[in-house]
Amino acid sequence: MVLEKPVTKGHARLETNTLLMAVVILITVSIGGLVEIVPLFTIDSTIEQVDGVRPYTPLELAGRRIYIREGCYNCHSQMVRPFRDEVERYGHYSIAAESMFDHPFQWGSKRTGPDLARVGGKYSNDWHVAHLIDPRSVVPESIMPPYAFLAERELGYRDIADHLWANSAVGVPYTEEMIAAAYEDLLAQADAEADWSGLEERYGDNVVTGDFDGDPERLTEMDALVAYLQVLGTMVNFSEYSVEDLRQ
Amino acid sequence: MAMTADTTADAAGAAAAGDRTQVVYNEDVVRKFTLAATFWGIVAFLAGTFIAFQLAFPVLNLGLEWTTFGRLRPVHTSAAIFAFGGNVLFATSFYVVQRTCRTTLFGGRDLANFIFWGYNIFIVLAATGYIMGITQSREYAEPEWYLDLWLTIVWVAYAVVYIGTVMIRREPHIYVANWFYMAFIITIAILHIFNNLAVPVSFFGTVSYSAFSGVQDALTQWWYGHNAVGFFLTAGFLAIMYYFVPKRANRPVYSYRLSIVHFWSLIFLYIWAGPHHLHYTALPEWSQTLGMVFSVMLWMPSWGGMINGIMTLAGAWDKLRTDPVLRFLVVSVGFYGMSTFEGPLMSVRQVNALSHYTDWTVGHVHSGALGWVAFVSFGALYFLVPKLWGRRELYSLRLVEWHFWTATLGIVLYITAMWVSGIMQGLMWRSYDGLGFLQYSFIETVEAMHPFYVIRALGGVLFVVGALLMVYNFWRTIRGDEATERRAAAPVGGTRPATVTVRSTPAE
Repeated sequence: MVLEKPVTKGHARLETNTLLMAVVILITVSIGGLVEIVPLFTIDSTIEQVDGVRPYTPLELAGRRIYIREGCYNCHSQMVRPFRDEVERYGHYSIAAESMFDHPFQWGSKRTGPDLARVGGKYSNDWHVAHLIDPRSVVPESIMPPYAFLAERELGYRDIADHLWANSAVGVPYTEEMIAAAYEDLLAQADAEADWSGLEERYGDNVVTGDFDGDPERLTEMDALVAYLQVLGTMVNFSEYSVEDLRQ
Repeated sequence: MAMTADTTADAAGAAAAGDRTQVVYNEDVVRKFTLAATFWGIVAFLAGTFIAFQLAFPVLNLGLEWTTFGRLRPVHTSAAIFAFGGNVLFATSFYVVQRTCRTTLFGGRDLANFIFWGYNIFIVLAATGYIMGITQSREYAEPEWYLDLWLTIVWVAYAVVYIGTVMIRREPHIYVANWFYMAFIITIAILHIFNNLAVPVSFFGTVSYSAFSGVQDALTQWWYGHNAVGFFLTAGFLAIMYYFVPKRANRPVYSYRLSIVHFWSLIFLYIWAGPHHLHYTALPEWSQTLGMVFSVMLWMPSWGGMINGIMTLAGAWDKLRTDPVLRFLVVSVGFYGMSTFEGPLMSVRQVNALSHYTDWTVGHVHSGALGWVAFVSFGALYFLVPKLWGRRELYSLRLVEWHFWTATLGIVLYITAMWVSGIMQGLMWRSYDGLGFLQYSFIETVEAMHPFYVIRALGGVLFVVGALLMVYNFWRTIRGDEATERRAAAPVGGTRPATVTVRSTPAE
C-alpha cells in the first residue's frame, strides 16, 4: 500500500519535526534573556558615576571568601532598598556602583537576619568577634549559628595572589603591582604594628587596619571575615551626591 | 485534523500494544532513577525539616562548622530540586518518551546508565561540597566550576538521548509531554552554561570567580534562578502532568489547542520574569518593570496548563474520590494554579515591597515545591512503581490515602505559618510609632517569628512522615506483597470503595 505523505501545516509541522521544534524552542526562550540582560552591559548609566569604590584588599577578599563559604547570603541581604524604613534602619539605599567589583554579587534574597550592606563601621571589631563566636552572648534572641571555629583557625592565604589574579581576569582593576604585593598587603592589614604605606598607596586610605580578632599573635579566619564586614558599605561618601546624581 | 496529541497518551500505548513484542523499552534505567528519586526525596525532606528546626531552635546548629544553617540550606534546596526533582524528571521523561514514541532509548543502555551515575555522582559531590563550604553562593546554582563542567557533559548526554529518542520515534507526531520535556532540557542547558561562567583560581582548586559582577551578575543569577523554577520545576513537571494525569484518569487531554497555546506562551513569557526577584534593588527600573509585566502575563499560560490538567478529569471526577494516586496528581495541579496566581501577585512591585526578604517568599516557594512538584512526583511515582516492577497495583492504596492527608496537612501548616510570619515581619519592619520612630528593632521581628517557625517545622515533620509511608509502600510493592485491604474480596460494609474501583481500572 502506498501511503501519501500527510499534509503538515501549522503546528503540525513542529510536531512532526524534532529538530525544527528544538530550534523554535531555543529561539523562543532566548529572546527574553537577551532583551533584559544584554543592555545591562551596554547602557552606561546602569552603573552610577561615584568615587570611592575600590577593589577589596587581599584581607577583605579572603574574608569575603569566608562569608561565601559559610553561606551568610542565605540569611543576610546586602541591598538596602530605597524605602524610608530601610534607609533609617540600615543607611543610604544601595547603588549598583557599590557592588561593581563583587564577583559574585551578594545581594541576597532573604532577611532572616538584618541587611549587611552598610554594616561596616557600625559595630566594633570586638563586638563582631564576640557575636560571631556566640551570637546569643550579645543578642540573646538571635537565631544565628555560632562561628567560634573561625577564631581558632589560621587563615589560609598562601594563594591570595591567585585570587586577585582570577578577579582581574573577570574585570576587577587589580594592577600587577597589587597582585605582586597581595601577600604582604594581607599580612600588613591585620598587623597593628605594620607599615601600611604600601597598602594605602595601592588601596587608598579607606582601609581599616589592625588586629581584628583580638589575638595579635595569630592571623585567623576571624580576622579576615571581620575586615570584610568592616568595609561593607563604607566606600562611597553619600554626602557628596544627590539623588539626581545617583539616577540610573 | 486527527492529531495524535489530541487523543490521549493512552492511544499511543494502545497502538503500541499491537507490536509490543518488537519494542523493548529500557525500563532498567527508569527503575534506577525511580529508586534514586525516592531516596533523595527523603534526604531533601529530612534536611529541610532539620534546618526548619534550626531556625526555631538555634542550638541545633550544633556548634559545628559542617552543620550550620548556612551550609545545610543548599543541601536541602539542591536535594529537593536537583536530587529529588531531577531524578523524578529523568525517570518520568525516559519512561514517557519511550512509550509515546514507541521506541527504546536512543544511544543504548550504556549511555543511559552513564546519565544515571553521572547525574547522581554530581549530586553527591555537590552536597558533600556544600557541607565542606564549597559553594559559588549562587542560589540553586551553588556547585563550583568543576562540577558545573561535569554536569554539562551529563546534560549534553541527556539531551542527545532524549532528543535522539524523539527523532527515531515510530509515531508521526511528537506527543505534548515531549514538547515540555524538550523545552526543559534545552533551556536548562542554556541557563546552566551562562549562569556558571566563571574563572577558577587554579586548576586544582575548588574556588572560582563569577564572570559577571554586581548588577549584571544579579540579573544573570535571577534569570537563571527564576527559570530553574520555570523550566526545571514547571515545564518538566507539566510534562509529567500531560502523561500521567490522562493515563491514570484514562481520559484524553482536555484541549489540544490549549496545550499548544499555553506551551508556547509559557516558555516565551517565563524567561522574562527573572527581574521580579530584584524589585527596588540597584537593578535599573526599566528591567524591573519588564520583569513585573511579564510575570503578571505569565498568570494566563500558567492557568492554561492548570485548566488543561484538571479538566482532563471531565467525566471522571468520581475517580478523585476513589483513587488516591490520581488525587495526588490532580491536587498537585490545583496547587500549581494557586502558586502561579500568588507568584504574579508577589511580582507586582508594591506587593513585593512588603513580601521581599520575608518568609512569604519561602511559603510561596513551598506551596509550589511541596504542593505542586512533590505531589505530582508522588502521583507519578505511585503510578510507575507497580508498572516498573510488574505488579498489578501498589501494595496498599490505603497507605497512599494516609500519605496524601498527612502531606496535605503538612503543607497547609507550612504555608499558612509562612504567610503569617512573612506578612507580619514585613509589616513590623516598616512600622512606625506615634513619634515617628521605627517601632521595632530587627531582633524583635526575629523573636516574633518563633512560633511560626515551630509550626512550619512541624509541617515538615508531617511531610516526612507521609513520604516514609510512601517508601514503605514501595518496598512492599516491589516485594510483591498485597495489603489485606486488597486481598479482601470485597470491602467490608462499604467503608473503602476505593480499592474496588481502582482494581477495575485497566492495567495498561
